[in-house]
Amino acid sequence: MNQSTWDLFLSSLGPIVLGAVTGTIPLALVSFAVGLALALVLALMRLSRRRWISSIARVYISIVRGTPLLVQLFVIFYGLPSLGVLIDPWPSAVIAFSVNVGGYAAEVIRAAILSVPKGQWEAAYMIGMSHRRALTRIILPQAARVSVPPLSNTFISLVKDTSLASLILVTELFRQAQQVAAFSQEFMLLYLEAALVYWVICLVLSSVQGVLETRLDRYVAH
Amino acid sequence: MSPTDLPTDAAPAGVPAPAPLLRVRGLSKSFGTNRVLESIDLTVGRGRVLALIGPSGSGKTTILRCLNGLEVADGGTISINGEVTLDFGTAPARKELTGLRDRSAMVFQHYNLFPHKTVLENVIEGPIIVQGRPRAEATAEALALLGRVGLADKRDAHPFELSGGQQQRVGIVRALALRPQLLLFDEPTSSLDPELVGDVLRLIKELAVEGWTMVIVTHELEFAREVATEVAFVDGGTIVEHGDPKQLLRNPTQERTRQFLHRLLFPF
Repeated sequence: MNQSTWDLFLSSLGPIVLGAVTGTIPLALVSFAVGLALALVLALMRLSRRRWISSIARVYISIVRGTPLLVQLFVIFYGLPSLGVLIDPWPSAVIAFSVNVGGYAAEVIRAAILSVPKGQWEAAYMIGMSHRRALTRIILPQAARVSVPPLSNTFISLVKDTSLASLILVTELFRQAQQVAAFSQEFMLLYLEAALVYWVICLVLSSVQGVLETRLDRYVAH
Repeated sequence: MSPTDLPTDAAPAGVPAPAPLLRVRGLSKSFGTNRVLESIDLTVGRGRVLALIGPSGSGKTTILRCLNGLEVADGGTISINGEVTLDFGTAPARKELTGLRDRSAMVFQHYNLFPHKTVLENVIEGPIIVQGRPRAEATAEALALLGRVGLADKRDAHPFELSGGQQQRVGIVRALALRPQLLLFDEPTSSLDPELVGDVLRLIKELAVEGWTMVIVTHELEFAREVATEVAFVDGGTIVEHGDPKQLLRNPTQERTRQFLHRLLFPF
């Protein structure tokens, strides 16, 4: 690597990291939080004994998982305006990613709830709890622990998927890299640099996941 | 003196004897087409201990689970202390099932302690969260009960740190802390290592002596003989024989009971 590429690498690190801090990371965090709330509702709907309620959730999950995220993003940002619905890039991205996380995480949460032994429900009922109270105080805390590893994977995927938001003009990590690349014509360098920053973010997330797992794994019923 | 001369403020002839603590009539239950309980009748007086024995799959655990509303029977009635009566002829609402749970508490074969809570939290969860009792009072009572079963020093431990015998004693304390009128035990020693069975049985025996009313599903015949005031032999979803433990376990009148006892005594 000669001096000028090294200089370009260092000088472009600023805008790329800025894109990560102001775009990628908040986009991922907000979308994940909204998506998780949505996923919890969908998981409970899926587990409902009422057929029509579980069917709604089933269809939702099927559509979200059966269509590409990029298409969902384009439908919201480029498609909806033809119906007179105009949404800015940032909220468009949040909606698309939340809807997407909701679909995937719903199945994770549903599986985690089902993984809690039936005896836990029975013990909760035995001490006089209602269904809702048993769910919130006894079942969900245990399900949360079971779902940390798969939900961490969902989050890490989401962080990388936010790069798609560059295609609907959200200023985030990858769009910053693209712009510097177009200006400097150093495509290989800039795209590798973007990849490197994504990788570093994911390394940090993986280690956070590891800490969470060892902290929480101990109290799960077997 | 003619009967009409009896003082009218004395107990009139029409006053009923105190209701038995538990009265079950015609209890039936099917899982799909499989009929597991066939018109079960049971009466357990206050302070009495009923042991349910019988082969696995006979329905004895299902009887117990119906008493706590964990299974919903499809026919018959259960009444506790004359205060609640559930008629399963008409499907009872979830709320009515809590009427049973408010008055009975169950000890499970696999303990079913809450793994994410400490020993103390396991015990006070029901009293505080469900029954709304003051935390200080519930905690003091829980600690006294834990002390009594020799687990006061484990109050902040999590269930996975305890042996099976310790977990089951916490399970019993959790049930007692609910202040139930009726204690239900579902094979309380069946998942314990043999050397740990004694501690748990001794504790249950103490509770019997103290006058707790209990229904115990058990395979420990010697224990049933010593602790129970009555024994019912359940097979094929019916009560085949019911009576005094010493009598029934030594000289059963029914052939099916005889065969069952023989198999337990001479397994090979």
